[in-house]
Amino acid sequence: MKSSSQNSRLSMTSRSLAALALALGLSACASTGGHPKDPLEPLNRATFAFNEKADQYVMRPVAEAYDRVAPLPVKVGVGNFFGNIGDVWTGFNNLLQGKLSEGLSDAGRVLVNTTVGMLGLFDIATELGLEKHEEDLGQTLGWWGVGDGPYLVLPFLGASNLRDTLGLVGDLTVDPVWQVEEVATRNSLTGLRFVHKRHTLLGAETAAEQAALDKYAYLRSFYIQYRLNQIHDGNPPRLKDPEDEEDEEAHIEGPASPLAGAPAEPLIAVSSAPNPENQE
Amino acid sequence: MKTIRTLLAALTLGFGLQCAALASTIAPDALVKSVTDDVITIVRQDKAIQSGDTRKAVELVETKVLPYFDFAHMTRLAVGKDWRQATPEQKAALTQEFKTLLVRTYSNALTQYRNQVIDFKPLKARPEDSDVIVRTEVRQPGAKPVQIDYALDRKVDGWKVYDVLVAGVSLVTNYRDSFGQEIRAGGVDGLIKSLKDKNKHLEATVSARK
Repeated sequence: MKSSSQNSRLSMTSRSLAALALALGLSACASTGGHPKDPLEPLNRATFAFNEKADQYVMRPVAEAYDRVAPLPVKVGVGNFFGNIGDVWTGFNNLLQGKLSEGLSDAGRVLVNTTVGMLGLFDIATELGLEKHEEDLGQTLGWWGVGDGPYLVLPFLGASNLRDTLGLVGDLTVDPVWQVEEVATRNSLTGLRFVHKRHTLLGAETAAEQAALDKYAYLRSFYIQYRLNQIHDGNPPRLKDPEDEEDEEAHIEGPASPLAGAPAEPLIAVSSAPNPENQE
Repeated sequence: MKTIRTLLAALTLGFGLQCAALASTIAPDALVKSVTDDVITIVRQDKAIQSGDTRKAVELVETKVLPYFDFAHMTRLAVGKDWRQATPEQKAALTQEFKTLLVRTYSNALTQYRNQVIDFKPLKARPEDSDVIVRTEVRQPGAKPVQIDYALDRKVDGWKVYDVLVAGVSLVTNYRDSFGQEIRAGGVDGLIKSLKDKNKHLEATVSARK
C-alpha cells in the first residue's frame, strides 16, 4: 500500500523532525510535564502565535469581508464548487480504505453535481440522498493503522500532525486546483478556497476563544479528537473513561484524606455495582 | 381566598410531581429531542437572542436546559485524575465555575443559530442500558452536516446529560489538558482562580458590548 517514495519521504521528515526535537529538547527545559503527543510544544506554540497574528491582521478580516459582501447563494455556490472538487479525492480515498459503497456514492455525487449541478455550483446529489463524505490521505493512512506521530502546528494552516502533514502533501500533489497551469487562475482559486474555508470557521473560532482557558491546548485537544472521529467515520472507539470510574455518591462522601476513610468500603461496593452492566 | 390558595398549591404540587415523573420515565432520545425543540422554537421567535443578546440566551439555557445537565459529572470528567485530590469545597467551586463557563459558551452558540435543521438519529441502546449516546446532526445549506452527540446517564430523577460532543470532540474532556496545566502550575486553587478570572472577563466583555 505504501510506496517506497512515501516511505523515504516519511523517514526523511521524521529524521529531520527528530533532530529538531532534540535541539528543542536541549533548549527547552525538561521540567514541564508536557503533552505526550506534543514533544515539539515550544516550536508549535511559536508557530501558533505567528498564525494568530497573521489571522488577526489578514485572514480573519478578509474572511469577514467575504462573509459580509458575498450573498448567501454565492457563498453556498463557492462551497459546493470546491466541495465537488474535493469529492473526487474523497471517493478515491474511500476506495483506498476499502469502503466500496461510499466510494461509488462519491463518484455518483461528482457525476451528478458536475453535470446537473452546473460544474458543482449546486449540490443536487445531497438533495437526491447521496450523503457528502470527507476523506483525505491522512485519514486513509490512519484507517490502515498509521499512527498520528507528533502534533504539529503548520504555518498559516494550523493544527496537524506528522501523519496528516504527509497526507496533506499527497492531497495537494493530486489536487485539481494545484494542477491548473495558468498561475493567475490557480492563485485566485487557491485564495478563494482559503478565504471560503476560513469564513466557515468564523463562528466556531469565536466559540473556541470564549470557551478556552488556553486556546493552544484547547485547539490541540480538539484536533486530536476531531481527527480520531473522522478516521472512524463518526464512531470513534468509546472506552469507559478511566478517570470516570467513581460514582457521584462515592466521590461526594468519599474521603478527601485517608483519615476520613471509614465508610469507603460499602460506598465503593455500591458504586461499582452497575459497572459490569455498563461495560458489556 | 383560602380555597384558591389550596387549589393553587395543589396544582403546583401536581404539576411538579408530573414533571418529575415525566423526567424520570422519558427516554433519553425523547428527552434530548423535546429540550432541543423547545429551545429552538424560542430562539426562532426571539429577535433579541438572534441579534446576540447573550444575557437573554443565558436565561433561556438556565431555565430550559440546565435541569437536564449533570455539571458535577461534567466537571469531574474535565478535571480527570486530579479530581481525587480536590477537597469537597474545591469540587463545589470548580463545578460552579465550570458550569458558568459552559453555560456562557453554549448560550453564545445559541445566538449564532440561523435556521439550521436538526436531525435526530435513531437511538442505539438496550432498555437496560444506563449510559447512552443520543446522536443528532445539524444541517445547513452549503455545508457538511455537523454531528452533535449527547452522552447521558440514568439518575434517580431521570436521564442527565454529562457530555456534549461536536464533530466527535467532547466539549468536556477537551478541557482536560488545560485544566491539568493549571493544576500543575497553581494547584486546584489555581485552576479555580483561572476559571473565575475567565468568567469575569467574559462577563465584562458582554457588559461592554451592551
